[in-house]
Parts: sequence; C-alpha cells; structure tokens
Amino acid sequence: MAPKVPPQPSLEQSSTATAAGHGLAHAAPPKGILRWLLTTNHKEIGSLYLIFSLIMFFIGGIFALVVRAELYQPGMQLIQPEFFNQMTTMHGLIMVFAAVMPAFTGLANWMIPLQIGAPDMALPRLNNFSFWLLPVAFILLLSTLFMPGGGPNFGWTFYAPLSTTYAPPSTTIFILSLHIAGISSILGAINIIATILNMRAPGMRMMDMPLFVWTWLITSFLLIAVMPVLAGVITMMLMDINFGTSFFDAAGGGDPVLFQHLFWFFGHPEVYIMILPAFGIVSAIIPTFARKPLFGYASMVYATASIAILSFLVWAHHMFVVGLPLAATLFFMYTTMLIAVPTGVKVFNWITTLFRGSISFEPPMLFALAFVVLFTIGGFSGLMLAIAPADFQYHDTYFVVAHFHYVLVPGAVFAIMAGVYYWLPKWTGHYPHERLAQWHFWLSVIGVNLTFFPMHFSGLAGMPRRIPDYALQFADFNLVSSLGAFLFGFSQLLFVAVVILCVRGGRKAPAQAWDYAEDLEWTVPSPAPLHTFETPPTYQRPAH
Amino acid sequence: MSGSYYVPATSKWPVLGSLAIGVMMVGIGMVLVYDRGSLIMVAGLVAVVAVMALWFRDVVRESRSGLYDSQMDRSFRWGMGWFIFSEVMFFAAFFGALFYIRTFAIPWLGGEGEKGISALLWPEFTAHWPLLNPPDPSVSGPAQVFSPWHLPLVNTLILISSSITLTVAHEALRAGYRRTCRNWLAGTVLLGLCFIVIQGVEYYEAYAHYGITLDAGIYGATFFILTGFHGLHVIVGTIILAVMLVRIIRDHFTREEHFGFEASCWYWHFVDVVWIGLFLFVYVF
Repeated sequence: MAPKVPPQPSLEQSSTATAAGHGLAHAAPPKGILRWLLTTNHKEIGSLYLIFSLIMFFIGGIFALVVRAELYQPGMQLIQPEFFNQMTTMHGLIMVFAAVMPAFTGLANWMIPLQIGAPDMALPRLNNFSFWLLPVAFILLLSTLFMPGGGPNFGWTFYAPLSTTYAPPSTTIFILSLHIAGISSILGAINIIATILNMRAPGMRMMDMPLFVWTWLITSFLLIAVMPVLAGVITMMLMDINFGTSFFDAAGGGDPVLFQHLFWFFGHPEVYIMILPAFGIVSAIIPTFARKPLFGYASMVYATASIAILSFLVWAHHMFVVGLPLAATLFFMYTTMLIAVPTGVKVFNWITTLFRGSISFEPPMLFALAFVVLFTIGGFSGLMLAIAPADFQYHDTYFVVAHFHYVLVPGAVFAIMAGVYYWLPKWTGHYPHERLAQWHFWLSVIGVNLTFFPMHFSGLAGMPRRIPDYALQFADFNLVSSLGAFLFGFSQLLFVAVVILCVRGGRKAPAQAWDYAEDLEWTVPSPAPLHTFETPPTYQRPAH
Repeated sequence: MSGSYYVPATSKWPVLGSLAIGVMMVGIGMVLVYDRGSLIMVAGLVAVVAVMALWFRDVVRESRSGLYDSQMDRSFRWGMGWFIFSEVMFFAAFFGALFYIRTFAIPWLGGEGEKGISALLWPEFTAHWPLLNPPDPSVSGPAQVFSPWHLPLVNTLILISSSITLTVAHEALRAGYRRTCRNWLAGTVLLGLCFIVIQGVEYYEAYAHYGITLDAGIYGATFFILTGFHGLHVIVGTIILAVMLVRIIRDHFTREEHFGFEASCWYWHFVDVVWIGLFLFVYVF
C-alpha cells in the first residue's frame, strides 16, 4: 500500500515513559472519578474535551432534529413556535460553543504536545481548570430550558433588543453561562500559545511546526483577542436587562446596531476559530494519504495568518441590511472578498498535494477529501453572500443557513472526524473498524448534502430562516432536508460505535500507524503512554 | 538542553474553582432573576476567593522550594502577557462602544448623515455630548457631568505617581535593597487605596448631586461600565500588590527571580494605561 518509504523526522532519544533515570517519579494517579477530576495530563484532559464535545454534539443534534421534524411539512405540527425558537437558538449555541470549539481544543490538548515534542501543556493545572469550567457552563445553559419563560429564544446571535427588552427571564442565566465558557476558552488559548511558543523540542523552529500546531497558534491568538469582546458585549446586555442602562436602547441614546457591531467583531473571528484548526488537520492528512509532502508549507502558514488578520476587518458583512453607510458597505464587501485569496491558496495547495500522489482512501482521507470539496462549496456561497447588493436578497434566508452549515458541518465537523480517525490508532493502539467507518463516511456525506444542498434553492427562492412554518412551494425542498438531517443524525451513532469498538480492540497499530505520516506523534508508541517526551527530544528536520 | 521538564503534580484547586464559579454564577443568576439566593452568591464568591488564595499559595510554595525551572518561568511570562492582552481587548469593547456612540449613533439620532432616518423617531432631539438630554423624555439624563480638573485629575496624578513608585520599588528589588523596595511598594499600595477611596467619593457624588446614574441614558451607562470595570481592576491590583508587599517582607524574592512581583507590575501598569484612556475619553474630551 505504501510505495515509498517516507523521510522521517528522527529523535535522538527514545520518548517512552520508561526512559529511566531522569528523576521524575510520577505518583500513582488517583483512582476512579477523582483521577478525571484532578488530572493535569494533557492526554486525559484531551480525552475529556473530546468526550464532552461528542455528548454535546448529540444534544445539539437532537435540537436540530426537533427543528427539522417541525419543518418536515408546512404548517404547525409538533411544537409551539416559542419552543421552535428555543430549539434553533440552543442548537446553534451548543454546536458552536460546546461541540465544535471543545472538540478542537481536545485535539489540541492531545496532539500539540506530541507534535512539538513537549511532555505536557505549559500550564497543566490551568488546563484542568479550562476543561472543568465547560460542564459547569453548559449544565447552566441547558437548565434554562426548564426555567419559567423557557430558554434563550433569540437565535445564537442574540441580537438586542430581542435578547434584552423582549427576552425571557432566563437570559441572565444564559449570559452568566457564556461568561464561564468564555473564561474557559481564554485560559485554554493562553495555555496553547504558551505551550507552542515555549515547549517546542530543541531544534524545532517555528517554520518546522506541523500545520495543526501553526493553525492552533493563530486560532489561540484569535480566541484571546475576541472572547473578551464577547464578554464585554454580554456584560452590556446584562446591564441593560438588570440595571437599567441604555447601551442598546435608542431611547436613552444607545443603539441596537452597536450590539451587532460588537457581536460580529467577536463573531467573525469566531467562525475562523472553528475552521483554522480544521485546515491544520486536513493539511496533515492529505500528504499522509497522497504520499507526498504538503505542497506550499510556508504559503499555508502565511495564508492562515492572512485569514486571521482579515477576520478582524470583515465583521459588518453580517450587517449589510441593517443600514450601514455606503462607504462601510463597500469597505466590508471588498475586505470580505479578499479572504477568498488566502483561502484559495489553501485549497490549491491541497489539490496540488494530491496531484500525481499515490492516493489511498482510508477513512481519515475520505473525510479530508470531502472537506476540501464541500468546504469549497461553502466558501463559494460565502463569496456570493459577500456581494452586498446580492446579500440584500439572500440575507436571513435559507441560503445563509446552507452556506454556514456547509463550512461548519462538512467543513469543521468532518475535519474533526477526519482527525479522530487519523489519530485513533495513536490514542488507542488500534485501527478503527474500516467497514463501519466507510459506512459512517458515506452515510454522513449523503446525509449532509441531502440536508443542506436544497437549502440553497429554498433560500434563493426566498424562504426565511428561523420561522417554524413556510409557504407550500418550499415543501419538497424541506422534505428532502428533513430526511437528510435524520439520515445524517442517526449515522453519527455509527461514529460512536467505531470509537467504542476502537477503544476496546481491533487491528493493532504500530507507532508509525500510517506509512507516510511525518510528524513527531508517530515516533511514540501506539497507544501513546500516559507520559511522553519527559526529557526533551532533539528535533531533526526531515530531509526533503 | 539537559535535564527533565517540570510537570506539576495534580491539584484539587482547579476543579474546586470551577465548582465555586458555578455556585457563584447560580447565586448571581438567582439574585438577578428571582431576587433571592444572595446567600448562595456570597458563598460562591467566598469560595472563588478562597480557591484562588489556596491555589496561589501552592504555587508560591512550589516556587520557593525551587521546583520551577527557567522554562516554567517563561511559561508564566507568556501566560501573564497574553492574559493582559485579553484584558486589553475586554476594555477595547467598552471603549469601542463609547467611540461608536459618540461618533455615529448620537449624531445619526440627531439627524446627521445619510442614515439620519433614525432622527424621525425623536424629531426634537439634538445631538450633543455629554448626553444630558437623551432622545426619549422617559429617560432622564445626568444633571451635569464632572469637571475633569478636580477629582479625576487628582486620581490621574495618583495613578501615574503609583506607577513611578512601583518602578522605583522594582528597581530597588533588582539592586538588592529590600527595605527600600518594601517602603516604595507600601507607598504604591497606599496610592492605590487613595484612588479607590476617591473613586468611591466620586460615585457618591455622581448619584447624590450629579444625576449620573446607571439609568441616566447612554452617558451614565458608558461612564459606569468604563470606570466601574477599571475600578474593579484597581481593587484587584491593589490586593495583588499588597500580597507582594507581604512576600517582600517575608523575603520571598531574590534580585534575579521575582516574576510574581514583575507580573504584578505589568498588571498595575496596564491598569494605569487604561485609566489614562479613561481620563482622556470619558472625562476630558
């Protein structure tokens, strides 16, 4: 299956926990639940993050299926409109803050120390703190569904005054829970930056780092820059609701549009926070299974940095219909279209890496290839939305829903799954069940396209989003979307099955689980022992 | 590079800290939504403070017993630096709101520019700043605003002096004069306390005589969110410096190794810089 032997980065010193005699005795970890409550080990915390995000992925998924069940046919069938609004809102909030972000943080926890030859994260106790804040935050958030007046019902973007003047009483709890989640993200990002800047194996320069590490370095910067802005804007909401301030109330001289500016100054970098680590994962997988080095490593780094910088200059493209001055509309339209340039660089680099490679189609590669194709579709619909005069037509229709679900589901979520399939042998010592994983992939890819592709058409035809009922002419498209959603949702049970089977057993994986995989994680045994790289390895650059 | 990495042992403080924050947030939520549960809120707050104190105590002990190496020191430096950057962005949100309101929202409400359509809501409204007369008569604005050249100027001088005295203390520590360091640091803490008291007096004046309140339109809102969060940071900073004073007295630092002290200096200077922005854009201009 592997035609050539790849050049390997080598380590002068073996990296297992048994490298004896360096004087670091590890106390036996506490038993039972305490072990997980107190752990400071990056691998255990990584697993906690991943398990948490998987649970939340299913909770958020159930909310989505409630929405799709109601939209299965026109008219009001199953739920009240008020509950429908809570479901769309909670689906978005849970998927963004509790599923996708923690999943990437989990992968970062597991893989960044292994990929840079570090023994652990730079600040291990802070790492434990960052994780355990999350269950607290999201139990609080989910509890709002049971409060009088119901949970948040204003969409995941929680625009004022819907989220202030007209909001249910539980909004205060929602704000507090988001504060906790924000603290968790900021501390997690600080930890990742400190790890990458300070803990690299001697000899590993910045430009030697795997792209997953690079993309996470830049993602951490975005997180530290924008999560405090989110904290600021929700604090202003809290004040407006509880202390009579007028930040978002024009009667007192404030402005509801101010909310949108602040929110999207956070929100747009936030969407890149959810996609940059995905770029890193795909950039690791495609060279491995095309059996060629990544084309244009340096340009990938620069493209990622450019996307991050541009992400601070495009926020108002979410607000074209709110009544911006013409100069602002033009500025944000052009900066948004500019993002297509570095993103295009990335897509072309992946394609060029594939060009004349000896490609094989293991599950991680399938998901990575689907990512490239389907993310690009989402990118193109984003380019359409960037054109302000066209956006006047598309705004708040299902076309927007189709766009961001294409970048987030077959984009971010597929990349996470690709990463999980890619690194499961390293985590568990076993390969994932090939046939089940193939089924999971094909059902997912069919389900996702059945769900979201018709939304382009219903959106262009004018179907508004976030409304529980619709006109008859949209019935067929919605029927297909709902069937696709249930197919996609239930196929994820296969994913759980594959993961559980892989933890329990399966074909044994060697340290070098994939023939052409290059980074340092493949030099430690599979499964990776609890402690790795306890003495600093010396990194040697691959020959090519 | 030789030797092994330092990987800290497990600790119960992080998970207890999460729990404490959860209790505190539940308490705050109950107080705000249901007007009860203040006991839970206070208990949560006490627990958060206690966990922080105990966690820091452990770190100080580990540092004193020589467990930390230069790599750990660099991790702390990166950690503190990026934490302060996140604080900068937190204040940037409030400054951004203030600039947006003053540059765009108020003039537009007053009928200026192509978006002057919002002026149709309150045709009698004329744009002005400080906003003493909010657009809707149901919101009563401040009666008057503070002159920057009285208490705010005094506070500016206090904070700038405190940055200077802190730098003197730091230089003294680096030169090995522990008593000098102690005296100048004590002076800094005293200046911090003076600032807090004067800010308290100003808040009293605001409510008692100036009509600057949280519900006095957007002027009151931006005034209190900026000065309020800054004031909280001064309180936290003063507590941190007071802890450093105790540590200086107990001889915890050497001329070379005193990152705890240095990080406190970074934090204090950051709080100082924020105040200068506040003084200029909230009070003077």
